Amino acid sequence: MKTLKDTAVGETVKVVKLHGEGPVKRRIMDMGITKGTEVYVRKLAPLGDPMELNVRGYELSVRNADAALIEVE
Amino acid sequence: MDIKIALAGNPNSGKTTLFNDLTGSRQYVGNWPGVTVEKKEGRLKGHDDVIIQDLPGIYSLSPYTLEEVVSRTYLVNEKPDAIINIVDGTNIERNLYLTTQLMELNIPMVIALNMIDLVRKNGDRVDTKALSEKLGVEVVELSALKGEGSKDVAEKAIAAAKSGNLGNRPNILSGEAGEAVKAIEEILKGKVDDKFLTWNAIKLFERDSKAVKAMKLDAVTRAEVESLIEKCEKALDDDSESIVTNLRYNEITGITAETVKKGRAKGELSISDKIDRIVTNRVLGLPIFAVIMFLIYAIAMGGWSISIGTAATDFTNDVIFGEWVPGLFDSILGALSITEGSVLYGLIQDGIVAGVGAVLGFVPQMLVLFLLLSILEDIGYMSRVAFVMDRIFRQFGLSGKSFIPCLVATGCGVPGVMASRTIENERDRRMTVMTTTFMPCGAKLPIIGLIAGAIFGGSPLVAASAYFIGIGSIILSGIILKKFKAFAGQPAPFVMELPAYHIPSLTGVLRATWERGWSFIKRAGSVIVISSIIIWFLSSFGTVNGQFGMVDNLFEDENLVTEEYVADLADRMDVPVEDVTPMDASLLAGVGNTVAPVFKPLGFGNWKPTVATVTGLVAKEEVVGTFGVLYNFDGHAEQAVDEETGELLFDENGEPVMAELSEEGDEIWDRVAKDFTPMSALAFMVFNLLCAPCFAAIGAIKREMNNAKWTWAAIGYMTVWAYVLAFITYNVGGVITGEHGFGLGAIVGIALIAGIIYLLVRKGYQADDSVQSLTSVNANAA
Repeated sequence: MKTLKDTAVGETVKVVKLHGEGPVKRRIMDMGITKGTEVYVRKLAPLGDPMELNVRGYELSVRNADAALIEVE
Repeated sequence: MDIKIALAGNPNSGKTTLFNDLTGSRQYVGNWPGVTVEKKEGRLKGHDDVIIQDLPGIYSLSPYTLEEVVSRTYLVNEKPDAIINIVDGTNIERNLYLTTQLMELNIPMVIALNMIDLVRKNGDRVDTKALSEKLGVEVVELSALKGEGSKDVAEKAIAAAKSGNLGNRPNILSGEAGEAVKAIEEILKGKVDDKFLTWNAIKLFERDSKAVKAMKLDAVTRAEVESLIEKCEKALDDDSESIVTNLRYNEITGITAETVKKGRAKGELSISDKIDRIVTNRVLGLPIFAVIMFLIYAIAMGGWSISIGTAATDFTNDVIFGEWVPGLFDSILGALSITEGSVLYGLIQDGIVAGVGAVLGFVPQMLVLFLLLSILEDIGYMSRVAFVMDRIFRQFGLSGKSFIPCLVATGCGVPGVMASRTIENERDRRMTVMTTTFMPCGAKLPIIGLIAGAIFGGSPLVAASAYFIGIGSIILSGIILKKFKAFAGQPAPFVMELPAYHIPSLTGVLRATWERGWSFIKRAGSVIVISSIIIWFLSSFGTVNGQFGMVDNLFEDENLVTEEYVADLADRMDVPVEDVTPMDASLLAGVGNTVAPVFKPLGFGNWKPTVATVTGLVAKEEVVGTFGVLYNFDGHAEQAVDEETGELLFDENGEPVMAELSEEGDEIWDRVAKDFTPMSALAFMVFNLLCAPCFAAIGAIKREMNNAKWTWAAIGYMTVWAYVLAFITYNVGGVITGEHGFGLGAIVGIALIAGIIYLLVRKGYQADDSVQSLTSVNANAA
């Protein structure tokens, strides 16, 4: 299973499924990361965590731990 | 009757700018009941009967964050006559997500499509008319920053409120989910407010815990609903909450595909993207962060020529409230023939003027700091601070943004506490407010100077250890506190927008700066003034030889101050007879004498350090000032000496010039040293650095916590933490340095260390409901 966490900087991927449940999952979806959404990995923070994504035309940052819950292809 | 219009929208959508534009200066800024979320309300310019309620910036109406719960509670319970939904035109897709939820509330609505100027500049095209038709809600173009269109928005909103027209809103929930929601609506009919039937049905379908609770359905109904949800979940192979979210975004993607044309090719970088590439660069990100933080510190807090904040505050303290205001009051009181030494004079000059001065003295520095922070916020750098620092700070349960309050607190704890406002998550905010004054602030430096000078021969290690103790206390407290139930639960999901950089607006920045400064003056002011008056009263009044009054005056009465009385007082207060001062007879000295045993285990159970600690609550630099009085540094008795010639100084009238106690109290070092051992002095310093901060900071804490229980919890925690650390310092430290033998104190000290280690490593409270801090609004929640 490939997740957003394993995605290299500069790569664009498509969301397959969101794992986990509750507030974190809901928040991720509220921010527009839903099934089928294209996500571009912009960069990692200076200390390697969190990561910066481009989703639906805006910049979003998520922690690596949460990115591991987002299955992509 | 007044028309109520709610202003709702995403953070960074320009909501505040529109609100300011609509209401002008007629705003009321407060907090939502019981929580630290700011509440703003104002009357529409030119329409006295229209109230605009600004809701917190939110992305969704989920039940998981405090801001969202506050907003939905307001919308459902207060039923505003209309909603103005502000939508960032440069980021339509995500902004419309909230719109789809607001539409379900069946409240008349107008969409303000903001930043239309930027949309055009980017070459994007939005077909407003088509968007309007598809959403069934009027869409008005707006550039809040330039003030274009805000009148139009307001008028359309008033019209919508008056007509009550809901328009032809699209049905977003289609397919199996739509059918399930329809079926739930049937079940709910008559059980909930008709107006919110759809809203409640969808919330029930999502298993929204707060809404379900508020509906108070019986077990049979709930089971019925549950079977409908489960059937739908099985058919679509997803949980109901995700099904709804997916449907919303699918609908939005469909709508925007037809109405929005992006001018920029995919992957092309905007100016903001290019700036961000450098500013949060992997290599340059941290150095740039360090430089920006240093500049903020230097301008607001430092002691250099660019330090406008420090200069302004020094001027206010030393000149305005040191000379001008007391001078002015001197002449006013003189004209009213209220003389120095009378009760009224003391109350006004030493109580009220000094108290108000203590409040206002912090304001210039605070305004400079807030100006800088507002600029950073407006530019969009604040969220980058969290992005860069998150990894470090979350280790001990704080937010990346906690860095700024801690940094600022090294200058002054008051703006430090207030700077926590920029932290979105209430849990992180409370924790930051609770720990940030552990940092040694400017006013604590004289205490460090006094102890270092009097006891440790001026060793720089003492000052270094003070900072070490402060930072260590913040880190340890973060780890300990986050394991308690009140702070527990998963930290708020760190899924944060990094808004595009933009040029800050002057009026917006100035306004935000002033609002914060003013809210401090208003809310914290009363605490500080009242406390200052109480301390003034306790230190000026007392009983001398059976007669109650102002001790300074009573001591001038030869009949009262007899030799036996002085001898008796000296004995009671444990001071040499020749060192007795009027303050020894004050109520404060009595309190100090009573409370002193509490500090015995810390090695300074003498009433003088106790009283100094108490006066430190007025302002920490008072600790040294009080030592000056108590250790009998008497300016009247000691004439100043010319440093070069060693001759006594006289002024132009031939009157002797009196010496003043230096800030670090060099003149009393010998006397102070007699009362302390190295370890008890260190314990005294540790206690005074960490215990309850000055009244000004307590006022700021109260203002930020917006809750008496939390304020007391914060102060109580700090004081207990200070006591424990001072206890360990004196008892265990004393054994290590060989100052005293191994005994009960050392055993208890070691037990306390073990206790702290236990609190650090124990498995904390595991929450099942993820956002504990929501409990305070549960009662009102939708």
